[in-house]
Amino acid sequence: MLKYILKRLALLLPTLFGVITLVFFMIALAPGDPARVMLGERATADSVEQLRHDLGLDKPLYVQYGLYLQRVVKLDLGKSIKSGQKVSEEIWDHFPATIELTIWAMIFSTVVGIIIGVLSATRKNGWIDFASMGGALMGVSMPVFWLALVLIMIFSVKLDMFPTGGRMNIRYYFTPITGLYVLDGILIFFKSGDIKVFISALHHLVLPAVALGTIPLAIIARITRSSMLEVLNQDYIKTARSAGIKESKVIYRYALKNALLPIITVIGLQFGLLLSGAILTETVFAWPGIGKWIYHAIEARDYPAVQGGIIVISTTFVLINLVVDILYSIVNPKIRLS
Amino acid sequence: MENTEQNKLEKNSLLKEALFQLKGNKPAIIGFIIIAAFIIMAIFAPYLTPFSPTDQDISIRKTAPFVTEHLLGTDDLGRDLLTRIIFGSRISLIIGTISVGISLTFGILIGLLSGYIGGWFDNIVQRLVDIMLAFPYILLTIVIVALLGPSLVNAMIAIGISQIPSYIRVVRASVLAEKENDYVTAERSLGASDRELMFKSILPNCIAPIFVQATLGIGNAILSSAALSFLGLGAQPPTPEWGLMIASSREFVTSAWWIVTFPGIAVFLTVLGFNLLADGLRDVLDPRMKS
Repeated sequence: MLKYILKRLALLLPTLFGVITLVFFMIALAPGDPARVMLGERATADSVEQLRHDLGLDKPLYVQYGLYLQRVVKLDLGKSIKSGQKVSEEIWDHFPATIELTIWAMIFSTVVGIIIGVLSATRKNGWIDFASMGGALMGVSMPVFWLALVLIMIFSVKLDMFPTGGRMNIRYYFTPITGLYVLDGILIFFKSGDIKVFISALHHLVLPAVALGTIPLAIIARITRSSMLEVLNQDYIKTARSAGIKESKVIYRYALKNALLPIITVIGLQFGLLLSGAILTETVFAWPGIGKWIYHAIEARDYPAVQGGIIVISTTFVLINLVVDILYSIVNPKIRLS
Repeated sequence: MENTEQNKLEKNSLLKEALFQLKGNKPAIIGFIIIAAFIIMAIFAPYLTPFSPTDQDISIRKTAPFVTEHLLGTDDLGRDLLTRIIFGSRISLIIGTISVGISLTFGILIGLLSGYIGGWFDNIVQRLVDIMLAFPYILLTIVIVALLGPSLVNAMIAIGISQIPSYIRVVRASVLAEKENDYVTAERSLGASDRELMFKSILPNCIAPIFVQATLGIGNAILSSAALSFLGLGAQPPTPEWGLMIASSREFVTSAWWIVTFPGIAVFLTVLGFNLLADGLRDVLDPRMKS
């Protein structure tokens, strides 16, 4: 087990090194002079030259690359051109919002996805199966940002049930403790008995989490169905049934447990999808997370911020995949051996 | 070479059988009909509507759907929504086809070489693929477009490039499985060159998974291009691109639901069509990929 984890960790370093290198050269070799682009057409030649010097762009490329690597290793991602703040600090400020959104989207899609998948499998070819698999196919074919807008139109504008955007009612200002507002809300409730923060945070989370979670939900439902169908056909299930064990126990205790393997892998894979989807969902819902932040950095051609943001997001993505692989190898020893 | 003749015959009958089976696959047929409808719409766009996709008429702005001759209503600048959606199908189908063309060309070439040659070359390619797959897909596309400059052409290129790694994976995997087969060894011993082996013997037998991946890929590319245009990085106004139409309708969610809704349904239906067809093709062409 340890050997497998070490092997995977050893593979991690070259991948991360590759990511950092690719990001550096992609931006360094992009057409146009970054300094000119950042300062705009009307900047004087002197100020462009000054910025080139400040950013180290007047040095040869390999020197720039070396310096860049040195800084990244020390976790120094440079300063944002737009705000002048440290990129690492800005990322730190925006990451909890994305983590919170992603986790809730994941919880929503996993719970609902598995329930739908199991219901479909146990009523194969019935109308529930037909409807939910049709729904799943529709879910994966939908543009996330459009779904987000439709949800806003129906649930915020027409029914006035949920806010159109943001993380929090601005009237309930509070100092973030963990940066995860729902968790903060619980902590505040225990400290001062005030439940408003918790309710407001949860209230703001519903629509973005549903929008972001829909595609993973569809995928999880489909994989759960097929995995369950496979397991339900096995002899031990027939034996369990013929032994008179209650059907619900057969399904949830015996079948689902063994059907979980492929489901776990797919859930892990969805995290990457969620990180991608977060850019679009956060833009629509004015959610102050890393996706919206990096989009604005790209828009403003704030290269240090873009570089730093991509490195952090990709590293997270790679790490999550690693954790999923390791978890998978724990539940499925066959993987470790091969 | 009687051997290849035999091969050809067998392949032909396999393809025929696949098509025959596809006829019995209801979802695939629905998918095919949807796609065909959009293709017809794209080809005959100017003949299907009396309106222009770009002419503005402020006096009829935000006309509600189903009441006037503007069947799906008009947008905030008084342009006929249905007309813009019909013309938009041209853009989406072209983007889908061209970007998949880009990823197919490079994906097949690199995947074929990587799987066939193996060794250090394969190693390097696979590490590069790992690195590219370490970027969340949309992020990679956004960064490439942002660097090249926002435009429809650059969006196609960016989508094409970011999908290359998954094609390399698919092609390589089937090449690895194919190249151990006896027919390859036989043809090699008959003096076939590496190039002949790769392109004439192995590649045609790897077509099934590639075909499925490409069909799915067109749907994905249409989704991505809509997303890029939505973020202002793809098509630019007044192009009737579906994602862009959704983006410019954002401020009207409170006042004109149809401007938001219909372009989204167009994206959704097209992508659904390709997904249905891909699912059907997968069942028919490659039973191993069934999940």
